[in-house]
Amino acid sequence: MTVAAKAWAALERVPDPEIPALSVVDLGIVRDVVESADGHGVTVTLTPTYSGCPATEVIARDVRTALEATYDAVEVVTRLSPAWTTDWIRESARDKLRGFGIAPPEGRTTLPLLDVGAPAACPHCGSGSVEELAGFGSTPCKALWRCVTCREPFDYFKKH
Amino acid sequence: MSPTSEGLLTIADGCLVLSHRLSEWMSHAPTMEEDIALGNIALDLLGQARGLLQLCAAETGADEDQFAYFREPQDWRNPLICELPNGDFAFTMLRLLFVSAWLAEVWPTLGGDAAGVAEKAVKENAYHLRHASSWVVRLGDGTAESHRRMLAALEGLWPHRGEIASEQWYARIEPVLTEATLSMPAADAWTQRSSADGWHTEHLGYLLAEMQSLARAHPGATW
Repeated sequence: MTVAAKAWAALERVPDPEIPALSVVDLGIVRDVVESADGHGVTVTLTPTYSGCPATEVIARDVRTALEATYDAVEVVTRLSPAWTTDWIRESARDKLRGFGIAPPEGRTTLPLLDVGAPAACPHCGSGSVEELAGFGSTPCKALWRCVTCREPFDYFKKH
Repeated sequence: MSPTSEGLLTIADGCLVLSHRLSEWMSHAPTMEEDIALGNIALDLLGQARGLLQLCAAETGADEDQFAYFREPQDWRNPLICELPNGDFAFTMLRLLFVSAWLAEVWPTLGGDAAGVAEKAVKENAYHLRHASSWVVRLGDGTAESHRRMLAALEGLWPHRGEIASEQWYARIEPVLTEATLSMPAADAWTQRSSADGWHTEHLGYLLAEMQSLARAHPGATW
């Protein structure tokens, strides 16, 4: 087993509390995992998605709980810089988002951020004919869109 | 506190007080989508305030909750414009534009540990600024009634720009006001200045009474 492999494996099973189709590793918020020299302790570095996202504290707790099953000592550290970006979401997670009814972010983030992009297609029917209903959605990371073809509303994971 | 922390406190308190004001719209906004938008913006501002308050508090050996819940009005350093009551939706959106345009100037200037908070806040604030701008244009260049309300908001808010206005700030808001068919009032018109000496409007005390009451009634409570 490579260094900290069992920690990474455990983290793959920690879901994001608001988008449970994704793990915290899929989201790209796990920035570093370091085992202690004796292998009994582990330090995990997390970078929060949004400043006020209520999921942040739940995630830190869930990460701790998941790792305490394997390690005697678990430390969870928050790192703010570099700031999290949707560019860190795993490529393989984009299909998981679509399967969950959320259109994945389109394009790479550019600063200063005034462009959050637009969904390429409706995650329900695949139609490219979509329109924005509201720039803010049920969580800080999402906007509300609608498919013009199948008329279903859906969430868009904003480029950030 | 160090001069650096005093500066951070102005931003932190501004974000926290405006967050509280925006949260007062919950379940009262004109549409459900706007209720959600204001809630999201309030949440971002709350997170930004916490990030800075943790830094300010650490310097004095206190914690963020002591700063948020156990300071008296005269100890708050927010720009006074943040504490004004919400007024109508036009007033709320124009105030959000004014404050977001100020934050767009100050976030990139922060260094040290605060730079980490700022790095995230810059992106969130850009989105708030965009949202507020679109409403100011929509209402200013809308119906006779919405124009009247946005004009009233502009006249009401202009004398409170003193702590947040700068050359860059005027340059940022003027195109929005122009597109909204509103002319920008004179930059040298009278304005109130500075809560740095502890003077506030009478509105902050009421806001804090609501925000701080639970923590003061049950010190150290957790849930």
